[in-house]
Amino acid sequence: MSAQRRVKHKSALRPRYLKLHAVLVFAFLFAPIVVLVVFSFNASRGGTTWTGFSTGWYSKLLHDDDVRHAFKNTLQVAIFATVIATIMGTLAAFALTRFRFRGRSAYSTLIFISLVMPEVVMGISMLALFTNVTHTHLSLRTVIFAHITFCIAFVVVVVKARLASFDNRLIEAANDLGATPYQAFVRVVLPLAAPGIAAGAILAFMISLDDVVITFFTSGPGSTTLPLYILGQTRVGVSPKINALSTVVLVFSLLLLGFGGIISWRASKRGAGGVDATTLA
Amino acid sequence: VDQGEDGLLSTPESPTPPRRPRHLPDWAKGHILLLPTTLWFAVLLIIPMLIVIEYSLGHRGVINPIRFSWGELNWTNYKDALNPQFLPIFTRSIEYATAATLACIALGFPLAYWIARFSGRFRNVFLVLVIIPFLTSYLIRMYAWQFILQTNGLLNSALGHLGLGDHHQFLNTPFAVILGLTYGFLPFMTLPLYASIERMDVSLVEASYDLGHGKISTFFRVIVPSVSPGLVAGVLLVFIPAVGDFVTPQLLGGVKTTMFGNTVADQFGQGQNWPLGSAMSVLLMGFILIGVFIYLWRVGEDAL
Repeated sequence: MSAQRRVKHKSALRPRYLKLHAVLVFAFLFAPIVVLVVFSFNASRGGTTWTGFSTGWYSKLLHDDDVRHAFKNTLQVAIFATVIATIMGTLAAFALTRFRFRGRSAYSTLIFISLVMPEVVMGISMLALFTNVTHTHLSLRTVIFAHITFCIAFVVVVVKARLASFDNRLIEAANDLGATPYQAFVRVVLPLAAPGIAAGAILAFMISLDDVVITFFTSGPGSTTLPLYILGQTRVGVSPKINALSTVVLVFSLLLLGFGGIISWRASKRGAGGVDATTLA
Repeated sequence: VDQGEDGLLSTPESPTPPRRPRHLPDWAKGHILLLPTTLWFAVLLIIPMLIVIEYSLGHRGVINPIRFSWGELNWTNYKDALNPQFLPIFTRSIEYATAATLACIALGFPLAYWIARFSGRFRNVFLVLVIIPFLTSYLIRMYAWQFILQTNGLLNSALGHLGLGDHHQFLNTPFAVILGLTYGFLPFMTLPLYASIERMDVSLVEASYDLGHGKISTFFRVIVPSVSPGLVAGVLLVFIPAVGDFVTPQLLGGVKTTMFGNTVADQFGQGQNWPLGSAMSVLLMGFILIGVFIYLWRVGEDAL
């Protein structure tokens, strides 16, 4: 293997230039985020001239009622949407991987379409449903309904990826050893699928946390979420307070990502093929 | 009745009589598990889409934003959506999305190739570095660029220090919007390309050199065909969200760089022309569905 690798290096695309390219692209990917975070600690109000270190913008955030309210709304939406979408998405993923039936591939296509549907279109179509057909007052409830809808597909994709590497013989073994179908499901299938379900839930949570477009159309007065609040503020212009708020959201997402990473790393260590992030794409 | 291999309840040898009633056929089991999602999607995904199609054939109302009757279907909304006022917005969205997709290939392909083949022990670390922006807020990443590109922003002050002038207008230009889209969707290109390159058979590249092909010929005749599933996936995963994007033109663009997503949103907001907005949505959806079916045809639905 190592001898083969040495030959590869000589002939294929030059690794040296590729490496330089990779360094530059990573710089491109991370520089804006770093700049954003650094300037959230800037004392000056005016933005981009550095006038000294300050955590003043963070304490301003803490005392801002709008921000606190938006934060509470965001969490409430994300938690409800994640729990419900995870349950439905997991059941759907089981159905699509464990059983062969007519319409299965059409169903997969439907889920794919919900993934690629432009957010604006999904948003306005639900707005039309809520305001003109069901006459539901736009509130946190409608936001939660909308979030569940777009989270399901992500859960399905992640859980399906996990179940695809599942060994059917384990269930047969459980049956042979006298387990009822219910016992086999709860004691064999569920524990093995658990890391996938957890990863799907975390992904759903993060996507719900970040959504701005669909929330924009389905929220009413009083149901502003953090991304909506940020969007509103960016219309006024750039301010270090938004930098600080963005930093808080980023740190929160990174913690979730780390948590998800640990779960899938532990699952892959157990040798059952953890959920790789490439399966998302 | 029971399919054995795939069934959760499989006891292929001797199903004992008392347990028999519990052996539902596979399709029934599948549909029972799918039921909550089916109902949910029917009410909140399919019916809303049908409503939008219906609205696109309706009239603009005075009190209610929409008047519709089956008797008089109104096709003028589609004509209006493609009239000289809106057609440039549609073509502009396609142009920007195409430019961003090409930029993503130019940046993402070499990056994916390097990670897949040369990054060595730390491959997973680099992969995570690609995934982190993918999973951090799109809105916040666009805001970061707004912060950098504004007239008294960092880019201008950096250019000023280099003596290149510090009052360039970056925001509200096509450059800013395409940059934002490229930045936003680069991980969507890199990850599927990585997955394809990793699976690529390296000995084919060696064989191509041994048979006398040059670098360029090998690249286009061996490497590109063998990574094409990832490339197709990447192109669609970047192009589709980019063409309907709302956030990037909102934050980085201006009046002259409005894209389709903003225009649709406008019709449901200040514009208050729901039938027109619906017709635009249907056109956008149709355009994207064509992309999806190309994808399913080219890559296969297992890639989902």
